[in-house]
Order: sequence, then structure tokens, then C-alpha cells
Amino acid sequence: MADDPEEREFTLSINGEEQRIRATPDMPLLWALRQEAGLSGVKFGCGAALCGACTVHLDGNPVRSCVIPVAAAENSDITTIEGLQDDPTARKLFDAWLETDVMQCGYCQAGQIMSAHALLRRTPKPSPDDIDMAMSGNICRCGTYLRIREAIRIASGQEES
Amino acid sequence: MKATSPLQALDRRSFLKATALAGGGMALSLSLGGGSSAQGIEAGGTLTNFVTIDRSGKVTITAKNPEIGQGVMTSLPMLIAEELDCDWAKVKVVQADYDAARYERQRAGGSFAIPDEYLPMRRAGAAARAMLVEAAANASGIAASELSTKAGFVRHGASGREWSYGELADAAALLRAPDLLNIPLKDPKLFRIIGKPTTGADSHRVLAGEALFGIDANMPGMLHAVVETSPAHGGKLKSVDDSAARAAHGVVAVIRLDGVGGPSVMPDGVAVVATNHWYAEQARKLLKLEWDLSASKGHSLDAYAQRAAQSHDARSGHDLRRDGDPAAALTNSAKVVKARYSYPFIAHATLEPQNCTAVFKDGRLEMWAPTQTPGRGVSLIAEHLGIPARNQTLHITRIGGGFGRRLFADFMVQAAAIAKAMPGKPVQLLWSREEDIKRDYYRPGGWHSFEAGIDDTGKLTAFTDHFVTLGEGGKAHRSAGMPPTHFPADLVPDLQYRHEVIDTVIPMGPLRAPSSNALAFAFQGFLDEVAEAGGKDLPTLMLELCAGDQVVGEDTNAWGSGFAFRTKRARGVIAHVMKQSGWISQPRGGGRGFGFGFYFSHKGYFAEVADVSVSGSETKVNRIWVAADVGSQIVNPFGAEAQVTGAVIDGLGQLFGQRISFQDGAIEQQNFDTFPLARIGVTPQIDIDWVLTDNPPTGLGEPALPPAIPAVTNAIYAATGKRIRDLPLNRA
Ligand code: FES
Ligand code: FES
Repeated sequence: MADDPEEREFTLSINGEEQRIRATPDMPLLWALRQEAGLSGVKFGCGAALCGACTVHLDGNPVRSCVIPVAAAENSDITTIEGLQDDPTARKLFDAWLETDVMQCGYCQAGQIMSAHALLRRTPKPSPDDIDMAMSGNICRCGTYLRIREAIRIASGQEES
Repeated sequence: MKATSPLQALDRRSFLKATALAGGGMALSLSLGGGSSAQGIEAGGTLTNFVTIDRSGKVTITAKNPEIGQGVMTSLPMLIAEELDCDWAKVKVVQADYDAARYERQRAGGSFAIPDEYLPMRRAGAAARAMLVEAAANASGIAASELSTKAGFVRHGASGREWSYGELADAAALLRAPDLLNIPLKDPKLFRIIGKPTTGADSHRVLAGEALFGIDANMPGMLHAVVETSPAHGGKLKSVDDSAARAAHGVVAVIRLDGVGGPSVMPDGVAVVATNHWYAEQARKLLKLEWDLSASKGHSLDAYAQRAAQSHDARSGHDLRRDGDPAAALTNSAKVVKARYSYPFIAHATLEPQNCTAVFKDGRLEMWAPTQTPGRGVSLIAEHLGIPARNQTLHITRIGGGFGRRLFADFMVQAAAIAKAMPGKPVQLLWSREEDIKRDYYRPGGWHSFEAGIDDTGKLTAFTDHFVTLGEGGKAHRSAGMPPTHFPADLVPDLQYRHEVIDTVIPMGPLRAPSSNALAFAFQGFLDEVAEAGGKDLPTLMLELCAGDQVVGEDTNAWGSGFAFRTKRARGVIAHVMKQSGWISQPRGGGRGFGFGFYFSHKGYFAEVADVSVSGSETKVNRIWVAADVGSQIVNPFGAEAQVTGAVIDGLGQLFGQRISFQDGAIEQQNFDTFPLARIGVTPQIDIDWVLTDNPPTGLGEPALPPAIPAVTNAIYAATGKRIRDLPLNRA
């Protein structure tokens, strides 16, 4: 443990709104979002940047919130799945996700969407290799990968739905 | 469809009762089989609204079984909606709380939901439909026989009149429900919902980030707990110095948990409770605990492997089965094939780590838990913590993966013990990934020594397996056993299955397709060697062995135990997958090969072919074909295909890199770097064909997994000439 870290107030910009939370500076953003800011979409799977369940966007880039200290996120725009509900690219992903019935247990899926969304913003028409590369950090224990590939192709307008 | 399964017997006491819904409409309560629930109704207990239809015609169906990603929250309501003949778009599905008095078989596991519920759920829907028709007949004076239903309406064809279910619901609520056993069911040809790809009922809520999972349970003032348990299995807590932990930031309490009921209930441990999971986790690292690890000494995977090898050499143990005279048959055979196979322990690694939220107040315990067997947690807490079941309320949350791990309720008992020590305070217990991997009920490892005799026509005449497995007191653990009817028993005249058990302190339990997930690899791998020695390929050998119409073993209705194996159904899928994949005797060389695997488990018949390329140390699975016989009807093709592809990918994950090892009882893997799960890059194209047969529909959570592993290892052999006899392929 960092030597007696001091709790203080942080102002975070989460999904376009400023939110004040109290935390120690070393607290990973994941726990600040889930347990201080009350957001449930972001999930905990490993705490070590190995599974992608905790993926959120920091200034539009996908990051593993389980290894980003809250202090490092203070001056960035944080976006979680809750904040993507009206985003046009996200809506395409949601529709494709439901149409292909990607989800099994669903636990990894918010993280998958966050990674897929970042991919489509960077590469609107990703190749199969682009998809596998961008999604390689997101584990789906249920093995929904075939439909994740398909849904991303549909959302990017590359496959007949 | 012919319903010849034990379902009918189970179903005799089922009945339905209608009541008026508050605010208008009808509520149906269903009692599924068994006497206790029937008495509940007789005694006038208020019953859960199993199916409700409100005045607007909205249908709400309560899904009684836990949803672990296997799709029951969608497939079981589809069965009801089909026979009710309502509009699926107007159906809402809600998860039932745990209630032993109301629901039977409220659990997830064993691929049992579809075989258990296929008829009861349909009958409930059909009975509700009959009541709505009767209500329309009463109101209009038209004979019920002249009325039909479609998508939430009762119609009278001759006059063109129609009534929505919503307008009929009030009147239908006053009618007597018909006898469930004699209710006519739809001709499957007329199905409009069953058999139609249907998206998961709650998927849109997951995409909205809603709080659905166990980890999402939340209450004002909720505290967060983590636990520290013994570094090695079998350890006993000797002393606790928690002074530093107590002084750490955010910590509210440190609670010593004295183990109860052995490792399957709750091991010794210390809980740290704080205002945030992070603070609890940081403080946990400051605990100074002393453990008595004497019982763990010598329990190392390498030591077990050595003992297995010695046992193989000495052929020690006892016979599980012996037919004819295998020793003589081997001596007299034209060719003898011998090989040893092994597989390691593996962890479940559900993506949502074990967790449970609990609050204990005024003698009552309320819990939110992602559990596959809610009843088990409640009764263990009653037995070991002295909180009677009637004083417990359990909400079943959505579950981030089960795979058998959440058949155990250790995390519920822990959470209850913590909550009980802090009355009035809601506490969420959440394990770290490291704790989750360290404290699992692992798929047991195993070691097989096979011998087979072949005559000069290449026919398999003698078969023996010496299986060294794990257990306690010389008895194999339930998840480490092998049925004496295992293939090719009864199909080879001289056959011996011999068993030797190593005692272990490592906790074990069922993992998706228990036993089968390991045995398929060993048996189908070895039979591939036997086929080759006899100058043929494995599917051909399998078809020869299954040539006669035979039934091996019998259907027991016990959970997860043996089922009757029918050679005819095996032939069906084997022949099918050969055509489907364009199987030609394995093309050798060039680094590419085809491999075959067949397995029968959980009443499902699966034959699979893998197309694999190997270059250097890299193995790539290009494509897998699956031919499956799970009876006459696929309820939800979306869910069904997802279960098959998921199981195949799960198999690939196991095969490529999953291995749990231990030294003196201490698990050596900690997180997904050392215990790797399948990632998107390993996923091949997967082609599934359903071979429909005139048999009751059976479950899909498990049976696609076992044959995927030998299909790939046999393909690696075809590609490289190198036999894979020990899993996994790569060690992290
Ligand atoms: S929880 Fe952050 S990557 Fe797994
Ligand atoms: S859907 Fe279960 S982990 Fe991805």
C-alpha cells in the first residue's frame, strides 16, 4: 500500500457531467466509478489489465480502468457505457449486438462495446484482422467471439444483417 | 413428438391456479411436480405470479432458473409463450427470487433445464391459453371449439370477431385451470416462437449498463468485504495480527471467520470490511496471519503425476469393470497399442468473480447472490450459521458465468457470516481474481494408461484403461470418476476399466461437462491411435464399433450421472459430420490436418471435425464442424448455437493453455496471465448442423465441449505426426 494515502475530493468529468467523489489518489478509476460514482456498467474481472471487463474511454481512448489511478483521470473526459446510450456509433453497435444475439452471460459485454466503439471511431470499416486486434484485450469467458466479429461487421456496414 | 422420457412421471402433480391480478388481469401460479409445493397451495400460501397478463395484454413470465449465460431466461419463457400463443414482443421476463416452496429444480447445471421443463412449461402455457379461450366463449356464447388464437388474440373465424388477451384476462382469472396432464399441445409444425432465433430477454438491459449482476447489488451505506484464506489448501488458521489492517484507510472491521463444514462450505479465513473494495483489498495485504500448513505437505501436481506413473507400472487399484479376459485377449491379438494420457486440474474462472451481498438485521438475512444452486446456500447457512431458512431471503441476480463454479455456495456462507458479525450493515463480499483462482473447486486432473488389442483385420478386440484419479479415503471424487458404461464398454468383448485413487486436499467440483471434458480427450485421442494401427481413421472405427443398434447403460434421472447411450444416434452424427466437413482420411503433411472427435454426454450426441494448421510452435484451428443430435426440436436457435460455439471455444481455451498446478497445496496460478482464457484470436469458423431425431429435446450447456478437444489434438497429429497425450498444449 502506498504509505497512508490521503483521501481527498476529486472532480471527475463522467459522461459529460462533473461529479465530485472522495477517494485516495491511488484508487483505481474502476472502484471510483463503481462504488463512489454509482455506475454499474463498468465491470471488474481481473484488476490487472488482463481481461478488459473494466474498459472505459479516457478522452475517447479505451483504457482499463482497473489500473488507472483516479488521480490520473482527473483532467480527462471519462465515458462509460452509460454515457454512450445516445451516441450514434454506439446505437449501431447495440442494434447489431441485439440482432446477432451476441450476449451469453453478458458480464464482459460493456467492455466489449467500449473497445468496439473505440475501434469504429478510429477505423470505420475494420478488416477482420483489425477487429481481432482491437478486441484481443477483451476476454469473453462465454466465448461469444464469433458474434462479436459479426456484430462489428454489421455495425460498420460491412455485412448484410 | 413422442414424450417417452421420465418427464411425465415427474409431472403428475403439476397444476396451475388462476387469480385476479391487482390492477386487473390474470395471474397464474404454477406448481411443478412434487408434494411440498402442492401443500403450499392447499395451505393457502400466496404464490408467485408465474405468468401474468394485464389488461393491456402485456404478458410477464417469471423465469425461475438462474441465468448463467445458458439462455434459460429466454428459452423457458419461449416454451410458455408458444403454447399461450401470445406476441413475444409483448412478453417481459423477470427473474424469480429463490423460493423452495414455490419452485422445484430452481438451479442451473447439468444441461437439465430443457429436458426437465420442455413439457411442463408448454403445458402451463397451453392451459392459460385454454382459459382465455373459455373466457371468450363465455362472454360471446360462441362454442370454444369454434375459437382460435393467434399472437395475443382469441378469434372467431366465422364472424371475424376477436378479443385481446388483455380484455379477457379479468374473466379468465375467475376460471378453473384445466388439468395440465391432459391439455392438448400444439403440433410442432405450427410453432411460431419455439424454433425461432430469439435474442436474450435481458440483453438490452445489459447494454444499458443496468445493475443486474451480483456485483451490481447496491444499498445506501453498503460496505465492501474481501477475504484472506490459507495460502495452501488444507491450511488451518493459527493466529491473526490485524493491527496494521485495522489502522488502514477506510477499514471498518476485520472479522475472523472460523471455517465450518470443511472446504466445500467455508474454510478458515479473515474478512476485511471497508468503505470501498479498494481500501479493503489494500488493507488485506497488511494482515499478518499464521497458518498451520502441515496437512498440505506433499500435495503437489508433480508428485501426483509421479505416483500415477508408479501406479500405472504396478497396475494398482481395483476393477471398475471387467468383461471377458482382457489380459488373454491382449496376448492373443495381432497388434497391441499402448499409450498414456494425462490432463491437469483447471479452474472455472467465471468472469464475474465470486461475490455475494448480504444484510443481517433483526435475525433476518437478506442476500443478493449470483448462484447456480440457491437452495444449497440457504440450507448451508441455516445448518452452519444457525439462521433458519425461513428467516432468509435470497434474490437471484444475473450471473457473470457459472460453468459449475456457482454450484458451490462457499461465497454465500462467507458473506452471511460477515453480515451476521455486523448486524444492520449491508456488506458486499467480492473476491479478487487471485482469490477466485486460488480457491476454486477445480476440474480434477487425471492419468490414463490404455492398451488395446487389434486382430489382423484391424478390428478392436480388447480394450483396457487404468485410470489414476483423485479423491478422498480411496474413493474417487464425484467429479473425478468415470462411469463403468463409458465408451467402448459393451461394444468390445474383452474390456477392463481399472481405477486407482490418490487422496488429495485440493477441492474439486464439476466444470462444464464434468468428467466428459477430460475423458473425451483421453479416450478419443487413444482410439485415434487404435484406428491408425488398424489401418483406418477414427470415424470409421467409431462407426464399426457402433454398427449394431445397441443401448449401453440406462437412463438414471440422477443429476449428472449416467445416461443410456444409443449407438444408432451416435452413427447418425458421425456419418453426418463426415459429409458436412468433406472428411477424407486425414490429409497428412504440409502442416495441415483434419481430426475427428465424438462424445456423448448430458444426453447429447456430438461429432466434431477440426481443420488445423501447425507451423513451428504455432497451432491454428481454422475451422470446426459440429454435428449434434439433441432430439427433435431446437427451442431457440440463437441460444443453442451460442451454447455450442461457446463450448467449443471453451474447449480450445482448455486445450491451449489452461493448467492449475500446486506445490504443497498452494495453487501456482493467480490471474489470467498464468491461467489464460481463450481470446478472440483463437476463434475458428464453426459450422453447426442439427441432426434432428425423434427424441425429447435435451440440453446444450455442456455436450458440445468434450469432443472439440480430441478433434483438435487428433488434427494436430494428422498435421504433424506428433501425438498430443498431455494437456495443455502450451504452459503459461
Ligand atoms: S478488470 Fe480491468 S482489465 Fe480486467
Ligand atoms: S458473455 Fe459471458 S463473459 Fe462474455
